[in-house]
Amino acid sequence: MSDLDATLGPSDGALGTGEAAAVASSRAAQAQLKKVKKQKVLLMGKSGSGKSSMRSIIFSNYLARDTRRLGATIDIDLSHVKFLGNLTLNLWDCGGQEAFMENYLSQQRAHVFSNVGVLIYVFDIESRDVERDLATYVNIISALVQYSREAKVFVLIHKMDLIQPAAREAVFDQRVAVVRRKTAEAVAIVRKQKPDLQQQQQQQQQQQLQSPQYNINQHSPYGAASAAAPLGGAIPDIDLDMQLFATSIWDQSLYKAWASIIHDLVPNLSVIETQLASLGVAIDADEILLFERTSFLVVSKWTSREGERNPYGDRFERMSNILKSWKHTCSKFTGTPRNAEQFSEFEYKMGTTFSMFVTKFTTNTYVLVCMAARRPSCSCEWVEWRAWGKRRITVSEQRRVMHLFNVLPGWMLLLWRRDIFPQTFGSGSIVFIRGW
Amino acid sequence: MSSAFLRSSGSPVDSGAGLPHHGSIRNISPAILNLERVYEQNRQRLQKKDSENMPDVTTTVQQAKGTPRLLLMGQRRSGKSSISSVVFHKLPPSETLFLESTARIQKDSLNSFMDVQIWDFPGQIEVFENPNLTFDIDAIFGEIGALIWVIDAQDDYLESVARLNNTILHLQRSYPHINIEVFIHKVDGLSDDYKLDIQRDVTIRIQDELSDQGIENAPVNFHLTSIYNHSIFEAFSKVIQKLIPRLGQLEAMLTNLCRTCRFEKAYLFDVNTKIYIATDSTPEDMASYEICSDYVDVVIDFTEVYGSWPRNQQWRERLENEPWQQPLDDQVACEWAESGMVLSDAQRPIMLREVDRFLALVAIMKEGSYEKMPQINMNVDVVVKGLTEFFEITKPKEVKAAAALSPRKGAPKNGRAGGL
Repeated sequence: MSDLDATLGPSDGALGTGEAAAVASSRAAQAQLKKVKKQKVLLMGKSGSGKSSMRSIIFSNYLARDTRRLGATIDIDLSHVKFLGNLTLNLWDCGGQEAFMENYLSQQRAHVFSNVGVLIYVFDIESRDVERDLATYVNIISALVQYSREAKVFVLIHKMDLIQPAAREAVFDQRVAVVRRKTAEAVAIVRKQKPDLQQQQQQQQQQQLQSPQYNINQHSPYGAASAAAPLGGAIPDIDLDMQLFATSIWDQSLYKAWASIIHDLVPNLSVIETQLASLGVAIDADEILLFERTSFLVVSKWTSREGERNPYGDRFERMSNILKSWKHTCSKFTGTPRNAEQFSEFEYKMGTTFSMFVTKFTTNTYVLVCMAARRPSCSCEWVEWRAWGKRRITVSEQRRVMHLFNVLPGWMLLLWRRDIFPQTFGSGSIVFIRGW
Repeated sequence: MSSAFLRSSGSPVDSGAGLPHHGSIRNISPAILNLERVYEQNRQRLQKKDSENMPDVTTTVQQAKGTPRLLLMGQRRSGKSSISSVVFHKLPPSETLFLESTARIQKDSLNSFMDVQIWDFPGQIEVFENPNLTFDIDAIFGEIGALIWVIDAQDDYLESVARLNNTILHLQRSYPHINIEVFIHKVDGLSDDYKLDIQRDVTIRIQDELSDQGIENAPVNFHLTSIYNHSIFEAFSKVIQKLIPRLGQLEAMLTNLCRTCRFEKAYLFDVNTKIYIATDSTPEDMASYEICSDYVDVVIDFTEVYGSWPRNQQWRERLENEPWQQPLDDQVACEWAESGMVLSDAQRPIMLREVDRFLALVAIMKEGSYEKMPQINMNVDVVVKGLTEFFEITKPKEVKAAAALSPRKGAPKNGRAGGL
């Protein structure tokens, strides 16, 4: 727990000088961690645009064709999606019918739009009434900026499979331009209504103070900013962090969009990425991908210089797609539920071209490593030491491992400890053995 | 580098340029779907141009002497072109809606472990009773390996059955050895009982008619198929298997391997079409065929992403330099593709091993045998050598093969290579 928190609140560390300050900062960090965990992910868009379908595919392992069975979402479908073990996504799948939308924007406004981490807004590219869609979108953005200014926005232009492939890029670019313009307009309007906004914020703060569960927010940068604003009167710079994606449930584009959404939600990713990179360099790999266990979204990745030459730019999404459909096949074969773990290890050697393996890495992740082929014939290239837990591997144990695998002197034994992030990944450690 | 998995990024049929491969069952990008559709239409256009004048049937036959032929026949709109597109051109099943109706005989050839021609007949052509078109019956049926008759199970099939009867009667007179395979097609969406009812009904109608005409024991087989699942591939597997000379030897080899290595089920796959050309003698099991065929797909996909682009020369040099000081090919003992996966339930492993340019051996192993992979690999090595030998012998000329492959030359001595 302490490692994780320490890495989580680096900015707070600068403030504290004394011990008390350190304690306070660690508490703040914990609070921030909780906030990260509690943050809402809003999934919005017009009725029938495919919100629930994509949610089911990504998180519930539905097949694309199975989503036809889904009915319309009524009001808000709340779900807590466990991701990477203890990171809970508080996913609010908001039914998109007009009546609901109006309700969200009026009566439930504060309830829905406060404390939002990420807004995912889905546009149906085939929609007849684009103007109306955009008007709703603008309303939603205003409400979002008003209540959770820190929120990130992902706009998915969905059902791209219905557009002629040749025209796809042009249609997407055009739509991106329109959405960006509208967003800017919405933000500008909110800025103009600033006094009004401040009032509401103050009200909101009072509400927060009254209800203890919102106290956490005071530590957040957002709380600090809103407290400072009335004094200085300076206009806080509202810049929406927005990304747009063209998606379709019939191909891997969906995985690309959701991988980047997830990428923003996982704390500490930079640390994991550094670790992954050092592992990659050490074992001389071409590419390493880290997948989440159930959704098979790429959480983190590292590619060597040689690996960068791979012409398949969409390979990460493709890997997700391939492995996920393989999971379906397995579940049909074994008769186990779709969400259950389906395979524990996979290895593949393609002559002298490359060799790769996918293996259960930690409790909540799978790792894919692609490297140059070098070992004679196929057997274990790695071994997992689940039972060892957090213990350091001693020299005698190293010898035992070497003996076990008939490792010649001069071979290198490489360890990558997973217990750095027991909260995120679960405990255990992996041992990579490789001819050197 | 002549790996089955690398090669398979192209189209299995020689009439097309290399297109990215995609599993027929998997969801793939619409852009590529469309690419394939365009390609398919172009192919059809070419075919039409090719076969502008019908009688050139005979000339092609002259060229293609010696290659077995599959004839796809049936009523129009029964799904013949869809079948050949899905099986031999990897067209995703959902895309077959866009296929135009076939106007001329379409000829494809499958170049694999053995060359097979697939002729797709337009439904409206009456081969035997057609005053306008003069068919050289002998040219069409002379070299034929099997006649596949497609019946649309979701339609009224009486007329189709009547035509089939007619065809069988004609064939029985002059070519009694032609296998007649009836595909009762489009059975997806029908209940299991209904499927069997239809099969029974069709079988009875045909057998009654034949016995009325005094023909007994005609080689007619029935398959329930659909392009939306693996059944069409399985049916084609059975059809193709009948064309393989000395299939028994192959099966014996696989059975032997299964026994020594404690495999549950082993298949010898044609990687491009995912048709299996042989399996061991344990009972047929659709589920294990499905998972093995999808496993081939997975391996093909990984190969395409990570193995289909040339590595940098520097990268190669770095690997061949300092501590090793030998060419990469010497460092790596296996130049073939091999793969293994352990399923989570019961720890059952699946293994795959490339046999030659076209074939791969895929097997489902018994639980807990993954630790013994080195031994199993040894056994598989021996079997693969035996298989390669087998195909070398049978390939050039069947007549020669029959002479060379006398019983003593049959299964290689894989039996005691290292039993578990």
